[in-house]
Order: sequence, then C-alpha cells, then structure tokens
Amino acid sequence: MFAAMNTETDIAIIGGGLNGAALALALGSTGLTVTLFDAAPRSVHTDDAFDGRATAIAAGSRNMLRALGVWDRLDGKAQPIHDILVTDGRVSEGAGTSFLHFDHREVGDEPFGHLVENRHIRRALFEALDDAEAVTHRQPLKVLNLNRETAKAVLELEDGTSTARLAIACDGRSSPTAQAAGIRYAGWSYPQKGVVCTVEHAEPHGGVAHEYFLPSGPFAILPLTGNRSSLVWTEKTAVADAAMSLNDAGFESEVVRRFGHFLGDVKVTGPRWSYPLNLSLAYNYCAHRLAVVGDAAHGVHPIAGQGLNLGFKDAAALTQVLAEAARRGEDIGTEDVLKRYERWRRFDNTAMGLSMDAINRLFSNDLSPVRALRGMGLDIVNRMGPARRFFMRQAAGLSGEIPRLLQGKPA
Amino acid sequence: MTETVDAAEIGKFDRMAATWWDPDGEAKPLHRMNPIRLDYIRDHVCAQYGRDPNRIRPFDGLDIVDVGCGGGLLCEPMARLGASVTGVDASAEAIAVARDHADTHGLNIEYRADPADALVREGAQFDVVLAMEIVEHVADIPAFLKDVTALAKPGGLIFLSTLNRTAKSYALAIGAAEYVLRWLPRGTHDWNKFPTPKELEAALVDAGLTVVDDTGFTYAALRDTWSRSDDMSVNYALVAEKAGA
Repeated sequence: MFAAMNTETDIAIIGGGLNGAALALALGSTGLTVTLFDAAPRSVHTDDAFDGRATAIAAGSRNMLRALGVWDRLDGKAQPIHDILVTDGRVSEGAGTSFLHFDHREVGDEPFGHLVENRHIRRALFEALDDAEAVTHRQPLKVLNLNRETAKAVLELEDGTSTARLAIACDGRSSPTAQAAGIRYAGWSYPQKGVVCTVEHAEPHGGVAHEYFLPSGPFAILPLTGNRSSLVWTEKTAVADAAMSLNDAGFESEVVRRFGHFLGDVKVTGPRWSYPLNLSLAYNYCAHRLAVVGDAAHGVHPIAGQGLNLGFKDAAALTQVLAEAARRGEDIGTEDVLKRYERWRRFDNTAMGLSMDAINRLFSNDLSPVRALRGMGLDIVNRMGPARRFFMRQAAGLSGEIPRLLQGKPA
Repeated sequence: MTETVDAAEIGKFDRMAATWWDPDGEAKPLHRMNPIRLDYIRDHVCAQYGRDPNRIRPFDGLDIVDVGCGGGLLCEPMARLGASVTGVDASAEAIAVARDHADTHGLNIEYRADPADALVREGAQFDVVLAMEIVEHVADIPAFLKDVTALAKPGGLIFLSTLNRTAKSYALAIGAAEYVLRWLPRGTHDWNKFPTPKELEAALVDAGLTVVDDTGFTYAALRDTWSRSDDMSVNYALVAEKAGA
C-alpha cells in the first residue's frame, strides 16, 4: 500500500486522448509544468482495435505538430490529399454526377491536408510526451474528483492528490468534469451513426478524397498510405446497426455496393467500428480554475473531419493565452485570464459545429431544428441583425486570429 | 485576527478585499489595464537586466518595491515572475487585504503599512521601483520622486504611470470612468493634479534620473482591452533609470 501523496504542477489535464496529449505537449513547450492524467492504460490507446478512425490533418494542425516534434514521427504514415471530389450518389451506382471538384494546384503547391490514422497520431503524441521534460504523463490513473478552490485546483486521485493552478477538462463530449463545474451543453443526437473501416483497393487512389452524398448520409472515401482508404459511412442508425451485425462477407458487400469499382477490386481489411453521432456544444469554455478543450467543449458532426482540427486550434489558442498570462505573472487559473480563451474560440467552434450540422441536414434530407438553437447563449440569430453586424465583424475578426502554434511558431 | 473581531468588522474586510480583487468590482479599471502595465514592466526590466521575456520566471533574483501597492494587484504578478517583492501602502486596510490575498494564494510578499519615506529612512534599495497610478494622488511630486529615486539601486529602473491633464482625459477619466461607467468611486481622481508627460519628465530629470522610455496606454472600449500606443493624451507611463555606481 502506497502512502497517499500530493504532487504539484502548474497545469493538470484531465483526459489523455488526442486533444489532451497535444495540449500537454503544447503547454509543456512554454515552460509551464504539466501533468496529464489518463484513466486508460497506454496499451488501450495504441491497440489497433481501439480506434479505427483517420483524421484529415489540416495545414495549421500539421504546423503545430511539426513545431511540437510530432510530425516527424509520422513519417511515411501521412497521406497527402491532393484533390477532393464531392459527388451526389446513389447506393449501388457508386459516384454520380460530380458537382464540386477542389484541386489543390489551383490554390498552391500545398496539399489540402494529410490523412493519418488516429492510432498513429496517438503513438506519435505519446512518444513525444515521453521526451517532454515539462510533462508528466500519468496513466492509467483515474481522477476521482476535482475541487476548484480559491487559489488552486485540487484533484483527488486513486493514489493521493495533485494540486494545480489550473485544471483542464479534455475528457470528451459532454465532459463530466465540465458538467460537475456547472457548465451546460446545447445539442442533439443525429438519427445516424458513423460506420468506419479500412479498405484495400487494386488501383492507387492518387491522393483523391471522395465525398458521396447518399440519401441516408455522406459516404467519405479518404486516402490512406498505400492502396488503402478509410471509409466513413454515415448511415441511419437502424441500417448502421444492421450493417455492423452482418458477417464479414455481408458487410463487405454492403461497403462495395456504395464504394463502386472505380479503384478496381475492393476488400475490407481489419475490424469495423460504429460511432453514434451527436452535436454537443458547451455554453462556456471556462470556470474558476477550469478550462474546457476539444470535444469536451464542442463535439461536432464528423462530416468534414474538423473535430480534431478544432481541438488542436483550441489547444494552440489556450496555450498562447496561458503562456502570455504566465509571462506577465498573471494567475492563470482565474476567469479573467481564461475568458480570453473562451472569447477567442467559442464563436468559431459554434459556427463550425452548426455549419457541419446544416450541411449534414441539407444532404440527409432532414428537418431543421431551429427550435434547438433558441436559448443558446450565443444567440446567433440576433447577431445577424443589422445593429449587431458591427459586433459580428468584431467577433469574427477575433475568432479568425490564428494561434502562433498553428503558424508553426513557438507559443 | 483575535477572537474579539466581530462580524461587522469581518464584513467590512471582505468588502475591502472585494474592492481590490473582484475583477468586475470597483478596481475593474486596474484589472483591465493590468496586462498592458505588466507587459510594459516585464519588457523593460528584461531588457535592462538581460533576462529572456519568454521565460516563465524571468525576474528570479531581482528586488522590486511597489509604492502605493494597494491590495497587491502588481505585487503578486511580480512575485510570480520570480522577484523578491516589497509592497508599501499608507492604508493599513489595503495592506491587510494584500497580505490575506497573498497568503491565500501561497505567495511570499513583504507588505508594509508605511509611507514610502519609511523605507527610505531605513536605507532600503531595490532593482526596480514601481509607482503606478500614484503620482496623481501625491501632493508634492518633486518630494515624492526624491523618495522614489532614493529607493532605487544605482542603475535601477523606476516606473511611473498616471493620467495626463488634457481635455480628453478630463472627459474620459473624470466624466466617463468615474461618473458614466462608474468604474471608480467618485473623487478618486482630481483632474487638476494630473501631471502632463512634459512636467513629469522634467521632474524626473530634476530628480537626477534619465528617462528611458515613455508610452501611452489606450483603451479600446469595444474589445474592452488596452494597448500600448504613442497616444499619451489620457493614460501614459514612463521608465527612468538611476545613474549607475
């Protein structure tokens, strides 16, 4: 039996997923001391069966990963996206009429982004954390309770306590940590699930990402390294559940019916996953001694693969706010400081969450729940009024400010 | 505190503490302005003493005194930046609030309910002397600057910030800050006592100091933020250096 012990740190991060790990690295790069608490053992995160998703890493996110020494560890695992082809489709007919084509050569030499499997990103982040002197990575260790006191945050752990000037919730959608601090959420569930798997195909994809808008939801084919693609198949919940319960041959034939034969023979490799889809937007991103980051602040529809990129932008913005505050001697756990992060990120994330929702509803032929928008603290509709237009520009101007890490510069 | 302190006294103390430390309370203008003041101090102190302003504790090993420290709004950040900090204020109530707040927040700061000249008589000297938002309250500016100068080590820096005596500052600082926005209690500032930058710089030179820099602090009401600028017509700050040994 170990004696209960107390450790001190500048910042305690609760939740060691992709957002928490990236945030820990970002904050550690500024000289602040960070402890990252992860309830799950490392083997769970890096197990190939844990997370089948891949993420389209946007240019800004890549800049940040490069600045934090993570991108080099993904050498050979990142597939550049050169073209995006958006098509209207019908099941069993594959791609239909092409109505949108984005070619990266029209805007410059840079690819639109890079597709990387989440398990690779996770491994690279964890390796970088092992080398980060300012970061202590504690896993598996559960945070039982968070006490937000006047001058510090006290985390009750399975093996003692940890005190910090600031706690940060990175514990996922509708974060229990944030809710315990009184932060409320707006949102709704979609009657859809996202089915994810990896396929091998005979012909090379040429770095082209496809998005078919099928009647029951978008079907995305995202190029991975080699002759492989990641599928994100958004489907009505009942159909998705039925597909998940099929045997391998039956599942593969459903996938192929939608995928088509434009890349030759298609074969499903490895396991399949399904994720319920919902929108979950926090009214506030901070409270005394607490900040909320990533999915814990905004779980958005994965239609454009923006979730993790938004989370990385949060991490970069919060890191910059806290570094600037610490470098002038401010108390980094006060709402006075943390509201700067909230003002910077909330409008941007909410606008993105709602536009992803709008696109999904438009293409899934669903009804628009305007009612659910009411009562949101942001009062988007009111902002549209002519009298508010000026303030809208102010807010947009602030929200559009790119954090230094996303420009590849130190925070 | 003794056991005989009654509830009314504690209530009064809590109200005093709130006046200083509630960011939306009576000291709101100081809280809003604090980041820009702190950046200014940090940048000049780092330049003077060869410190890296991107480090978390660049003031390690420096002695700083804050004259007219009030509830400790500047002392605490200076201590977090690594400095050994002394705060003096003539108000015993303000010093009690400052001590209590520093204790609660685990900061080691020496607070004294004394006028600045008490430190001068003891011969205390510091690398950095802060006299922010204070000269406009001082009856005899040359005498005050003499004390402030005596508190600096040779080669040390002295920071002053105050309000300019212009029509604009009259309209804004008196009209808006005190009466319209109700930021500060009435009568906190007497516009006639505001020194112009020229007057203050001349007084600093008379005190034997060299003015290193001056800047305006301007307020953007829409974004509720302050920034440094050349416009010194309302709020401004000066840094002066005491001649080396």
